[in-house]
Amino acid sequence: MALNSKIPEGPIKDKWTNYKDHINLVNPANKRHIDIIVVGTGLAGGSAAATLAELGYNVKAFAYQDSPRRAHSIAAQGGINAAKNYMGDGDSTYRLFYDTVKGGDYRSREANVYRLAEVSANIIDQCVAQGVPFARDYGGLLDNRSFGGVLVSRTFYAKGQTGQQLLLGAYSAMNRQIARGKIEMFNRHEMLDVVKVNGKARGIIARNLITGEIERHSAHAVVIASGGYGNVYYLSTNAMGSNATAAWKIHKKGAYFANPCFTQIHPTCIPRSGDYQSKLTLMSESLRNDGRIWVPKNIEDAKALQQRKMKPTDIPEENRDYFLERRYPAFGNLVPRDVASRAAKERCDAGFGVNATGEAVYLDFASAIERYGKTQAKIHNLENPSKEKIYDLGKGIVEEKYGNLFQMYEKIVDENPYKTPMMIYPATHYTMGGIWVDYNLMTTVDGLYCIGEANFSEHGANRLGASALMQGLADGYFVLPYTIGDYLSNEIRTGKIPTNTPEFDEAEKDVKERLHFFINNKGEHSVDYYHKKLGKIMWDKVGMSRNEKGLIEAMAEIKELREDFWKNVKVPGNLYEMNPELEKAGRVADFLELGELFAKDALHRNESCGGHFREESVELDGEQKGEAKRNDKDYAYVAAWEYKGEPAAAVLHKEQLEFKDIELKQRSYK
Amino acid sequence: MNLTLKIWRQKDSNAKGQMVDYKVTDISEHMSFLEMMDVLNEQLVNSGEDPVAFDHDCREGICGMCSMYINGEAHGPDRGVTTCQLHMRMFKDGDTITIEPFRASAFPVLKDLVVDRTAFERIQQAGGYISVNTSGNTQDANSIPISKHAADEAMDAATCIGCGACVATCKNSSAMLFVGAKVSQYALLPQGQIEAADRVRNMVAQMDLEGFGNCTNTGACEIECPKGISLDNIARMNRELMKASI
Repeated sequence: MALNSKIPEGPIKDKWTNYKDHINLVNPANKRHIDIIVVGTGLAGGSAAATLAELGYNVKAFAYQDSPRRAHSIAAQGGINAAKNYMGDGDSTYRLFYDTVKGGDYRSREANVYRLAEVSANIIDQCVAQGVPFARDYGGLLDNRSFGGVLVSRTFYAKGQTGQQLLLGAYSAMNRQIARGKIEMFNRHEMLDVVKVNGKARGIIARNLITGEIERHSAHAVVIASGGYGNVYYLSTNAMGSNATAAWKIHKKGAYFANPCFTQIHPTCIPRSGDYQSKLTLMSESLRNDGRIWVPKNIEDAKALQQRKMKPTDIPEENRDYFLERRYPAFGNLVPRDVASRAAKERCDAGFGVNATGEAVYLDFASAIERYGKTQAKIHNLENPSKEKIYDLGKGIVEEKYGNLFQMYEKIVDENPYKTPMMIYPATHYTMGGIWVDYNLMTTVDGLYCIGEANFSEHGANRLGASALMQGLADGYFVLPYTIGDYLSNEIRTGKIPTNTPEFDEAEKDVKERLHFFINNKGEHSVDYYHKKLGKIMWDKVGMSRNEKGLIEAMAEIKELREDFWKNVKVPGNLYEMNPELEKAGRVADFLELGELFAKDALHRNESCGGHFREESVELDGEQKGEAKRNDKDYAYVAAWEYKGEPAAAVLHKEQLEFKDIELKQRSYK
Repeated sequence: MNLTLKIWRQKDSNAKGQMVDYKVTDISEHMSFLEMMDVLNEQLVNSGEDPVAFDHDCREGICGMCSMYINGEAHGPDRGVTTCQLHMRMFKDGDTITIEPFRASAFPVLKDLVVDRTAFERIQQAGGYISVNTSGNTQDANSIPISKHAADEAMDAATCIGCGACVATCKNSSAMLFVGAKVSQYALLPQGQIEAADRVRNMVAQMDLEGFGNCTNTGACEIECPKGISLDNIARMNRELMKASI
């Protein structure tokens, strides 16, 4: 099947407006007869469910947690971008569009990104109307801060808990519709397959995670908003339950999976402390507004730090290497995430890491505390303030901005980051790749939509900070509710979709067979045993830096591990009860397939772009020596994979990317 | 370190539960409490026993899913943290640790340490929102200036993660801190004023209907709250309720 991205004609500025003016609508009386299933209730799914219900459709929403409010969007810290230009620093829709395409290393679809930038300002209006308590300045207006990869301040925030507040906003909109009976909420339910009837998505098979019952649910359209697949690495900043099952199931039923190798390794996470580690914790990128990243200049100092014979505060200024400021003077500590992560890895690989494992760099707030302290002293008319006074005043400001993050760090690491620099190291955080969708956010299956992190999205090969929240809410509040109407306008005469059909019978049978297999298989190893092994292969060979040899090995190793899993996995308990091990088994089984496709995609893309770094493709000389080398001639396309029975047998379809409004350039942050 | 764990085991909501003893060895002080539970569960799976079911998800203190009652305290002995942020350095070698679910008649046990907190959902559905359409065709965000003080206070109230520690801690199983926080967030903001009276009446009515107890001002909820939600929110809720009834 040829990919048709269905981008509307006309100049980029007018595409979305023209599109909205000419699509088919469903009249309000008919909306009452149309059902929509939304799987996942994070920012994308939650906002979509609320909006679709408000429009008048009957929505069934599914979450594996006990409440929509617990979806992992809640953990997003730093903020949400919007081209409001409230700061008057030259921001505009075009600039947000440009920054996002450039930040994504020219691997996203221009028309989608422009639409995202266009609706971004509406999101802020919407959220304020909903009562989201964004940070404000003393004049009562909204405050902004700056994030990596841009030269303006366009990030709105609510302390270090922006995702929480935005999700609670979407959740409150959902609650309003649940109370009105327009959303039927299925908490503690997990989608285990999609059901297709005559080529169209018509429902799902779900498991009630309390009773273990297998349920059939039908609808005129199905929306997948189940988030990213970062947990394929086992250790990531994702929640423990974050999984790719919904996305992988639809892939196996005909939805193409795009750019799986585009995965974001976030530079500022708390380093791992031991083999028992179950997850990694992110420290918001907003910290790079004020924190300076460094390692020692001298290898002897690094060694002493690794052996705990020295403290970071013992190292004088002249012996510190602020490597981001040194390598990228224009953007300094605020280079995009992929660039910052690789630079930290480069220093640590060269032996300059600062903790026992040698896998950590410092994020230091001492100079920010001093700078803020001096400003405060001036504001308060203090003459000749003491060093201690300046420190106290400055600490107060830093605490106000990042207090909850500092507290979180202290609880985990047991060190006071106001006194001693934080230690950070890159970790898997977000997946730009995902289910391929057209301009309408529809997958390659009719009536099957995919939104938020789960789709391959507007972030290209690298997502800029504070853009995930923006995309999730844009998809759910403002894009999908329009585009889905165009499709559903042909469904007004369909009537209720029955669930007692052969298609549902078969899907349910397959799901049950698989679950019974897990319960009955008397294997030797726990699910976690396999998940950890998969994670290690992924991190070592398909991690921050990749090469042909490693990727070929990774594909073979994952296949072997998967075969062993299906022979030797051990799942306790029964099917018809609450059984967390059984839930995990299904998710890890899917990761074991996705991981191989991931490596295959990384192998085929023999260029370095964004989060995907191929050691074979670097600049060899000039000012950019050692930086990633993109290859636009051969790889300016979206790689959309069609499932053919085995991950290794997946067939590649290319969506060629055209850049009409932005010139393709090397991404320089120097 | 080596520990003895006394854990509440209960097959499902209809079964009778009991405390069961387990031993774990070689626990590192750097582990989180839930990582210690992972060690136990891996041990149980490997020996063919049923692992202990417990709620958890983000493991960074924000989703509000984890909910253990450890040594008689919601989220354990540390302050300002959820169970997932509690670290083993708070315990010492040879300790016996008692682990129970969050107990309240409005939070029935589903299995082992997992409880049903959907009563909170129904309270939110009764009025925990501002009735504004999600069309985006609202006024410009900066056309409603809000004093920094009010915005900050609303934010402090909105920080609640809905974990239910306040209910589990309260001798009356009162949900007033939870409800007070939501009522306060909107009461402090101009956007929330229009429906303020209905909101507080409906949410409090639903709270009572769910079987949560009353507040007798012991202040235990505030102390055990992982997010430091202040008792002031309960006072504000009572004022709002009073205002709504005149």
